[in-house]
Amino acid sequence: MRSKNNGKDFCIFALPGMFCFFAVVIIPFLYGVYLTLTDWDGVAKTKNFIGLTNFAGVIRDGQFWNSLLLTFQYVIVVVVLVNVIAFGIAYLLTRGIKGQNFFRAGFFTPNLIGGIVLGYIWQFVFSRAFVSIGESTKWSLFEISWLSTPGKAFAALVMVSVWQLAGYMILIYVAGFMGLSEDVMEAASIDGASGWRKMVNIVLPLMMSSITICLFLTLSRAFMVYDVNLSLTAGGPYGTTEMAAMHVYEKAFTSRAFGVGQAEALILFIVVACISGLQVYFTKKQEVEA
Amino acid sequence: MKQTTVGGNKRKAMNLLAIAVLVIIFMAFMFPFLMVVINSLKQKRDIIKSPFSWLFTIKGLSFDNFVKAFVQMDFLNAFKNSLIVTALSTLVVTLFATMLAYYIVRNKNKISSFTFALMVASMIIPFQAIMIPLVSIYGGTLNVLNHRITLIFMHTGFSMAMSVFMFHGFIKGNIPIALEEASCIDGCSHLQTFFLIVFPLLKPTISTMVILNSLAFWNDFLLPSLVLTDKKLLTLPLSTYSFYGTYSADYGTIMAGLLLCVMPILILYIVLQKQIIGGVVAGAVK
Repeated sequence: MRSKNNGKDFCIFALPGMFCFFAVVIIPFLYGVYLTLTDWDGVAKTKNFIGLTNFAGVIRDGQFWNSLLLTFQYVIVVVVLVNVIAFGIAYLLTRGIKGQNFFRAGFFTPNLIGGIVLGYIWQFVFSRAFVSIGESTKWSLFEISWLSTPGKAFAALVMVSVWQLAGYMILIYVAGFMGLSEDVMEAASIDGASGWRKMVNIVLPLMMSSITICLFLTLSRAFMVYDVNLSLTAGGPYGTTEMAAMHVYEKAFTSRAFGVGQAEALILFIVVACISGLQVYFTKKQEVEA
Repeated sequence: MKQTTVGGNKRKAMNLLAIAVLVIIFMAFMFPFLMVVINSLKQKRDIIKSPFSWLFTIKGLSFDNFVKAFVQMDFLNAFKNSLIVTALSTLVVTLFATMLAYYIVRNKNKISSFTFALMVASMIIPFQAIMIPLVSIYGGTLNVLNHRITLIFMHTGFSMAMSVFMFHGFIKGNIPIALEEASCIDGCSHLQTFFLIVFPLLKPTISTMVILNSLAFWNDFLLPSLVLTDKKLLTLPLSTYSFYGTYSADYGTIMAGLLLCVMPILILYIVLQKQIIGGVVAGAVK
């Protein structure tokens, strides 16, 4: 559609989409950077320019750094568990067993449901079902609800997140396994490679592109966990499960410190961008062609 | 395979073992849903006595919880709100994104390449980095919160980058420009060419994106919670949230409410399972 009346085409084809994108993503993002330099409280009409005071406020906000540290721990555990479990299940699923599609579809179900509802479902499981197991078996692990014990509430959050994300990654790993060339696998067998050797030297390198995608998706999702966090533990008990994204929300909309909240959001963004950038760079380097 | 004769039995045994392991993990996976279904049919005292008591062993089995939840959640209204927001947002984003992607592929100029680069880069920005200024602009300066149209507009804006990226790839690789030249010679205007020739050819990617976007819109919580506070406008996740806050001790009703909330999408999943799974894989792998 190259022609003279390019201006008209631009207005009809490109402008509506560009307008939505710029008005909702780009302008607020830039405005957000500006907000970090003001003392706006969310209500006042005037905003005063206060330089980097908000960033000093971030440094003093010990809770933020705690939540960031907690988020790091959470991300590491979740990313490792999700990918190991999903990889394992996908491997079992692609051995040519019956009912592969049924299992795959079942494992994916949690991804169809919003985090809020999932969190509530698990809240019931942790606070009633598990406690009831504990009461009848006198098994001390379950006697008190996990959600009201600091360390265990964290474990509960990890468990739910792994449960939620694994199904999604299983889909991607299954697609990866299905894409493995039969010829290469057969050649490896003929060359005398046993199960484990085949896995390490043939399957893993060939699966690297799936691994790159899955790591990227789990990393970015785990870093930004909010819905499940809110409905499962709401940061409790005693703020021991308050992840960074939730802290940012609380800071801005509950404590009404918009400038500091936005500064923390930006820092979080930079951290996530750097880590996922590094991850993609390093895992992409491992990718090989069959 | 070389093991068909010697290793046949071993392989069979290994497969049986794999199935056994899978079944156990699968049951653990489904356990929370089972809990919801069982307990949504029980009365509170039976739930407290034991969340595990199976359906047949209890007396007070009934659908009362569903009736209660249905009324208290204002289910029909929330369902209607979710449906309107999801359907319109998906429609608008599909339309705008295909047109924009088409423009970008066919017009190599500074604005289009800059926009495309910006879109790809913006996909890494998490929602939390934008939500505060977003509320500040649309709530403070423009004062347009609490309208469905605002939410639809924002959903459109947020999913634009990913959608344009997907359509861009597809158009570039699969739509021959000769087709458009032919329709141009036949006297089609650019809009006609787009809607009669190009748009129908985009069908595979459109179905992928419709699935991905509508799932995301339907389940989204944080953005709607910032935009909509009027009780009449609440979407399903929002009304679940406020419903839970009010009745959290009334387990039976809560379980029924959660089940009601999940039901529409599960029914859709059973019908469109193949398409949904295919769409999600295609969306992730690209």
